[in-house]
Amino acid sequence: MIRSRKVTVVASTVLVCSMVSAALLLHKVDQEPPAATLQQMLYISSPKLLKRLSLGYEGLLADIYWTRTVQYFGGTHRRGGGTYKLLWPLLNITTQLDPHLIPAYEFGGTFLLAKPPEGAGDPAKAIELVQYGTQMNPTDWHLFYDLAFIYYDLKDYRHAAQAFLRGSQLPHTHLFLKVMAAQMAQHGDDLETARMMWSETYETTHDKMIKANAAAHLRVIQVDEDVSALEKLVQTYRERTGHFPKTFSEMVSSGFLRGIPLDPLRHPYRLEPGGKVVVTNPDALPFLDKGLPSDYVPSPAPKLTPEN
Amino acid sequence: MNAIEILGLEKIYNAGFWRKRSKRALRPLTLAVDDGEIFGFLGPNGAGKTTTLKILMGLVFPTAGTARILGMELDDPRMKAQIGFLPEQPYFYDHLTARELLKYYGQLSGVDPKQLSRKVDAALEQVKLSNSANLQLRKFSKGMLQRAGIAQAILHDPKVVFLDEPMSGLDPMGRREVRNLIEDLKANGKTVFFSTHILSDAEALCDRVAIINQGELRGIGAVPELTASVHGKVEIVWQGAAVPTGIRSMGAQCHSAGDTTRLILPEENQDTALEALRRERLRLISVVPVRTSLEDYFVAQLGTAAKSEVVSSELVTDGHNRLSKQ
Amino acid sequence: MNNRILHIATNTFREAVRDRVLYNLIAFALLMSAAAVLVGQISIQIEKLVVINLGLTAVSLFGIVIAIFIGIGLVSKEIDKRTLYTVLSRPVRRWEFIAGKFFGLAGTLVVNTIFMGIGVFAALAYVSHHFESSDFGILVALYFIILQFVVITALALLFSSFSTPIFAPIFAFWLFVIGNFAQDLRTFAAMAHGTTRVLATAAAYLVPNFSALNVISQVAHGEPVPHRLILLNTAYVLVYSAAVLSGAVMIFERRNLK
Repeated sequence: MIRSRKVTVVASTVLVCSMVSAALLLHKVDQEPPAATLQQMLYISSPKLLKRLSLGYEGLLADIYWTRTVQYFGGTHRRGGGTYKLLWPLLNITTQLDPHLIPAYEFGGTFLLAKPPEGAGDPAKAIELVQYGTQMNPTDWHLFYDLAFIYYDLKDYRHAAQAFLRGSQLPHTHLFLKVMAAQMAQHGDDLETARMMWSETYETTHDKMIKANAAAHLRVIQVDEDVSALEKLVQTYRERTGHFPKTFSEMVSSGFLRGIPLDPLRHPYRLEPGGKVVVTNPDALPFLDKGLPSDYVPSPAPKLTPEN
Repeated sequence: MNAIEILGLEKIYNAGFWRKRSKRALRPLTLAVDDGEIFGFLGPNGAGKTTTLKILMGLVFPTAGTARILGMELDDPRMKAQIGFLPEQPYFYDHLTARELLKYYGQLSGVDPKQLSRKVDAALEQVKLSNSANLQLRKFSKGMLQRAGIAQAILHDPKVVFLDEPMSGLDPMGRREVRNLIEDLKANGKTVFFSTHILSDAEALCDRVAIINQGELRGIGAVPELTASVHGKVEIVWQGAAVPTGIRSMGAQCHSAGDTTRLILPEENQDTALEALRRERLRLISVVPVRTSLEDYFVAQLGTAAKSEVVSSELVTDGHNRLSKQ
Repeated sequence: MNNRILHIATNTFREAVRDRVLYNLIAFALLMSAAAVLVGQISIQIEKLVVINLGLTAVSLFGIVIAIFIGIGLVSKEIDKRTLYTVLSRPVRRWEFIAGKFFGLAGTLVVNTIFMGIGVFAALAYVSHHFESSDFGILVALYFIILQFVVITALALLFSSFSTPIFAPIFAFWLFVIGNFAQDLRTFAAMAHGTTRVLATAAAYLVPNFSALNVISQVAHGEPVPHRLILLNTAYVLVYSAAVLSGAVMIFERRNLK
């Protein structure tokens, strides 16, 4: 059977040679700019269809898509950024396939939020993604935390506060969220919520630092409210008399006030020219925003200078 | 020159998942077929006939031994252009018509394209399929398929024709036609090697036969040579219904019909029987030697069990298998 | 091409045609007309996108099913029906038989794809009334689809040469799926360490790479396919199929046709 042996020798030589060249060519294909080959990641771009086509193996498929997302983001980033056009579709597919893939929301949100060239710079999509995550995983406080930070980044303190608040009510949550909710509420001028949050924190915590912090914030809210109310009163006074009061005593004697108003630390408020209401002892009231004296210079924090 | 030479061919099939169980399909087989003869390859089913043919056709590789056809190696394409093969119970591309099938095979055999059409028509004529030439093979009956199979085996004017069970599936008319065809091939100087389990066909056609059982050659030679070794029989007929006691004691079966009685008995008992008839003064009508047939030889060689398989066809497997199953 | 290979290829093609394989074109035509008519009513602005995506996906899937189901029968059916005996007892070498079968089915698929390609363009003409130069990319996508069929045909033939008709399609389809994730597989392999890395890399390069052959969505968005990729993919498919067919020949060459 000499002939058959000859065929076998030829065939095995061809087999080895062509397999080696196939591997080399594949290596070259991989080096091609990914635009050409990454499109196929979205061969089927409808997550719903993909889910059906995955025949119940969507978990594995989601993991694969998540890996692709990371590869895509990393690759685009490495090449100095770009449009990240496929980032949202990839993340959308990944999370639709496996709605419980928490890292996809956490990192995906960050990727989408960051401004180019660091990310896609698409906060709306970032919010949509993480919000979907919170709907699918309503008991995972991490996602609320992430959502809140996206809002914070957009200076939407009201929504940030809501997200922190919802996150703070979940099991195994971090106390920090409650603090943050209060902080955001305060930032967003939602003093009612802020007060509620801070008092709750004050009541529930056993940590002295946090307690002191909550108390300080509650005082600030108090000052905030006092100052707003007093300034309103000053305005009324001005409308009635035609001029600003010089002191609160003036207002007391005219019957506008029953006594000199005191801040939460029992220090009297005072009036600045032009009707501005300020505290007398700003150093005792950290975090203060409203009610700071115009000439107030915050006590300098200890600075590390070469001389020290 | 020998058309076919088989030298110590042996085939062991490994069966089972790990190929541990082995089955010996062919013990070392050696035989030679002369140029221009009709050679019958006889044996019960599973004897190794088809295995031998498959080895010769290069479909199965032998475990040991070699064979040559027309003096060339089995994988030599030049040799393959000069042989024809009809497999057992052939089945063909049923999407083709008979004519297309033959054209395709002609092309594969390297028939000159100019002569192809003519040769196809001739082959169709020879097997009497001209009327169905343009019918798709899926509409063919078993007998028609067998004819188409024979047509493809002889189409390219081969020097040696291998036929595996060419008569099976044919009606008596078809069998006679195939016999005539094989005789025609011989008349045209071809060598025909055919396997069969139908003894009468072999006996009527073959110059020489080989008998194989359980993968082993049991006898080879011209039919008269083989049968000569078996003792013959005689038929004795006499008048009247009486059977002499001498004959009765031999245990032979007598058949009475009308006014005569008939008896068949081994040659060596002939004298004793005639002596008995003479003593009873019965009138002898005839003493005729019965021609010894291949069938007798078969029985002598393989025993009645094997013989019944040979004659009664596909329903039974070989004796070896049956024993191992018990 | 060697005459015998040509004859076997022609017969394989004829068998496929007479076994009504091309009937799939009717289903395809219906699908394309329905898509062309309906898509204008249910979606805005993306008619063209849908027609290209749906059309090319259907071309690919129809062809893959044909390639697998006919491909795995190419050798095993001939053995089962013993038609192979009368072929191999002629001056036909076994490798010629494999090559003929391969070219026959590949040819069938090429013809099928050409018809389907015409269908896609017809549907496209119906929805967008004119062609743009970026539509040339559809031809590239069709070409890549044909390249996929070539690889799958070779693989099906390989499985057909040693496996049963039950397992062969499963193997072939499995490899098709894996091949679509070949790029991910290589990425995963690159992340492993030690022996695992060596084995995983070997496996990743051994499976067919279909991922670079899918440019459907890219051309649907009118993005050009780099010429270099066309060249590399062609070369890859040629050598990979050659390797697979050599494997098939090596197996088939030693096979006892019981």
